[in-house]
Amino acid sequence: MTSETIAGPVQQFQAQIRWRWSEVLFWLATLLPPVLVPSYLVLASQIAITALFALSLDLILGFSGIISLGHAAYFGVGAYTAGLLSKWGWGEPVSGLLIAGFAAGLLGYVTSFVIARFRHLALIMITLGLGLLLQEAANSASWLTGGFDGLQGIHTWPIFQKFDFDLYGYTAYSYSLAVLFLVFLVARRLIHSPFGLALRGIRENGQRMPAIGAPMHAHIRTIYTIAAIIAGIAGAMLAQTTETVSLEALGFQRSADVVVMLILGGTGRLYGGLVGAAVYMVARDQFSGLNPQYWYFWIGLLLIAVVMLLPNGILGGLALLARCLGVRS
Amino acid sequence: MRRLTIAIIAITAAGLAAKTAAAQGTVKIGVVMSYSGQFADPGAQIDNGIKLYMKQHGDTVAGKKIEIVRKDNGGIAPDVAKRLSQEVIVRDGADVLAGFDLTPNALAAADVSEKAKKFMVDMNAATSIITTKSPYMVRTSFTVPQLNETLGAWAYKNGLRKVYTLVSDFGPGYDGEASFQKGFKDAGGEIVGAARYPVANLDFTPFLQRAKDASPDGIYIWVPGGPQPAAIGKTLKELGVDPAKTRILGQGELTQEEALKGMGDAGLGIITAFHYDYNHDSAMNKAFVAAYQAEFKRNPDMFSVGGYDGMHLIYEALKKTNGDTDAEALTNAAKGMKWESPRGPMSIDPDTRDVIQTVYVRRVEKVGGKLVNVEFDKVENVKDPFKARMKN
Amino acid sequence: MPSVFGVLFDGVAYGMLLFLLSVGLSVTLGMMNFVNLAHCSFAMLGGYVTVTLMNAFGWPFFATLPVAFIAAAAASVVLERAFFRRFYNASDLNQCLLTIGIVFVSIASAAYIYGTDEQPVQLPSYLRGSIAFLGLDFANYRLFLIATALLITILLIVTVEMTRFGAQVRAAVNNQRMARGLGINVDGLFAITFALGSGLAGLGGALAIEMVGLDPSFAFTYLIYVLIVVSVGGLGSITGSFAAAMLLGVSDMAGKYYVPAIGSVLIYLVMMVMIMWRPTGLFGRR
Repeated sequence: MTSETIAGPVQQFQAQIRWRWSEVLFWLATLLPPVLVPSYLVLASQIAITALFALSLDLILGFSGIISLGHAAYFGVGAYTAGLLSKWGWGEPVSGLLIAGFAAGLLGYVTSFVIARFRHLALIMITLGLGLLLQEAANSASWLTGGFDGLQGIHTWPIFQKFDFDLYGYTAYSYSLAVLFLVFLVARRLIHSPFGLALRGIRENGQRMPAIGAPMHAHIRTIYTIAAIIAGIAGAMLAQTTETVSLEALGFQRSADVVVMLILGGTGRLYGGLVGAAVYMVARDQFSGLNPQYWYFWIGLLLIAVVMLLPNGILGGLALLARCLGVRS
Repeated sequence: MRRLTIAIIAITAAGLAAKTAAAQGTVKIGVVMSYSGQFADPGAQIDNGIKLYMKQHGDTVAGKKIEIVRKDNGGIAPDVAKRLSQEVIVRDGADVLAGFDLTPNALAAADVSEKAKKFMVDMNAATSIITTKSPYMVRTSFTVPQLNETLGAWAYKNGLRKVYTLVSDFGPGYDGEASFQKGFKDAGGEIVGAARYPVANLDFTPFLQRAKDASPDGIYIWVPGGPQPAAIGKTLKELGVDPAKTRILGQGELTQEEALKGMGDAGLGIITAFHYDYNHDSAMNKAFVAAYQAEFKRNPDMFSVGGYDGMHLIYEALKKTNGDTDAEALTNAAKGMKWESPRGPMSIDPDTRDVIQTVYVRRVEKVGGKLVNVEFDKVENVKDPFKARMKN
Repeated sequence: MPSVFGVLFDGVAYGMLLFLLSVGLSVTLGMMNFVNLAHCSFAMLGGYVTVTLMNAFGWPFFATLPVAFIAAAAASVVLERAFFRRFYNASDLNQCLLTIGIVFVSIASAAYIYGTDEQPVQLPSYLRGSIAFLGLDFANYRLFLIATALLITILLIVTVEMTRFGAQVRAAVNNQRMARGLGINVDGLFAITFALGSGLAGLGGALAIEMVGLDPSFAFTYLIYVLIVVSVGGLGSITGSFAAAMLLGVSDMAGKYYVPAIGSVLIYLVMMVMIMWRPTGLFGRR
């Protein structure tokens, strides 16, 4: 039992938003890969992109209780937007990123009207259905999307007209990491605010929220649109750094994978998506390197082990450990 | 900044070169394809082809030791394919890229082959444009137009006038549809109807019923390997379609070994165009099949032969360049190469770096109690017609 | 006879298969709220049992069906005792993760033991081919499938409506707490229901081989369709699963026949319309 006195709301927010040393350590650690493991930089940049995607899912799943099995729709729309922009002649990365985010956000805003009206299994199936429909539409519109072969002719211009995308992936990693960090700062600010609290209220008991003056549907629409924008930005980064986009960018596999990664890392915690994405992708890379045909088996065991030993995901387990050791962060 | 980046690449390349030189003459081949997921079986067969070639011809060529580094693509994932190709060059020091079972993955990796200047051998992916994406790429499998345009022209020559086409709703299916229709229409035939079925479709009754209702002379079906060909065969029988009256035409996957096992006698009479069958009657193929059976307890298929011939190409090219793995040198050595493969005679087109081979027309018949594809007609030295038209 | 009847027949057959695969999940989800995404792994197990018995041991097809049922039921009992029991009160997400882990393990194991290619099955000759009736061809296997599924449906309905066990199941689905309060052993009931549901899935898997083929990714591929049936039909309802499976089977076939261009997505459209109209399913609890 702590002997902390319960401070007022302003002090509580200030306490939460203060940077903990564990967070500072985490971000410093992300600067290590170019120095320690340069041959893994391409993987690292894809981890950063997936981490951003997982963060966007956390905003709706972890913090607001909206379980979505079709979140890759926004990732894919962002990827195709950035890819098409580049194919049609405008390959500038940063503006491409913003335009793609906007496009994904627009789709998110439109679908949020449907999403906000449903809960539980109905919501899951609707998000699943929307994702599958979009996948089929993208396949049919192969004149636009390149269909099965994927989008061809993407060429990303050097960032700020100086940094070209190299074979090793230095530029790709720096770019992805920088965007991840900036968006993370925004998300962090969002969560540690009255709006963020309202979201958590909606997650716990959505029916009650209007009674205390929090407009449930409007809040859900807002966070869903924001999550869509962020997912779109992640997708655009993938398109720009790999210069390829294919149908699996908005496919069910991608939606399902990111849900697994988020639960693995721990939902409802800002770093859950980041940690989950890193652990899952590194594990998959290593397992498939060791055993290309049956790595699924080891990943399955990993997931079962995590659920049995760490019920709140990896971060939940770490938090429990920290508390047991009496560590104050 | 651009110069700094080039400098970094140059230094690391020099470092890598030093590393490979110090490795006492090893040539590393990075094989990138699907070892897991729904495309795992083709991947396994290609790998078997590679392994068998190395077993038969040893692992040393032109004084260099050959080492295979395997990377699992896990299905359709071009970003992963690109990353794995980059990693196998940068992390593992690969000199040659090989494998590539799926078109999107091959296209993404072509980018890496071009930028990093590495020789690349496409052992399976069959879309025409793939070899145009890197000047250092060679293909040892087949292209969809090569087989299907030939089949279309052959169909007309052999009496068919009205055909209904049914293909899978994705890239290779569209290619098959376009190629067959072009070959058939150019010869003078009429396409009475066309439809596409969903990629993951498992019940073909509605689609085949529609095809039957159009009363064509023949139904052309494009289907990838897997569970679908057997389902198609069985459904055709259930719907009462008689292959003697309504010819069933397709690309070889429709009557592959496992498809025939699954559909049974329903497959009798189906006509397909393909570049390889394990029953092909040549001394070399019989020896190949026997060795394959002994080693892997199953019959080879077109994937196996793509891998086998891919290795042959790499070995012969290295012999010609005396072990030099420079991309341009290997590519030039590969251009125009001609050899006898288990599938028959084949060569590499010096203009397009694509494969030139014989297209066999086969019919499913019962031989010695077993259902097999019997080659009863062929068209020799078929180049990829799509690229040939692109040049004109 | 117009071809619409042929299409209906195929739709009904497909729907019956979906029903067998889904009914178990609907009841267990409704009763215990346990999200078992590994449900189709039991179906896959049943399929592989049939394949092994027929190909390696030469058993006749019909004899393998009860064994497929029992094997899947037995496997589910083992898993339930060893693992699932502890997670009844866990969050939905954790249950998802656990069962997805099991799906991965099952797919990799199936690939390891049986290889990644299709499993062929030689049916007795009277099950192949078709019967011509009033100008249409009715596939023998589909007739067999419909007959079997109807038989099982009748058995299920009789059990649920007319036996004590069935009454207890209905009570537990409707209001678990009250049922416990009345002294009903809900945990034991659930174990039996879970085994039955998984057994039916196993049977469905065995029957599916001939219609849709069997390979290691079966556990994933069919999960989506099963989830669609369960959500449209309503959790905990046998009639709901039946109605939903019929609706989806027929619309899938009809869509592919009449409008092939959107045929593949019709099933998703129907699902979404149904769920938006009735979020808790056709016969689900409100």
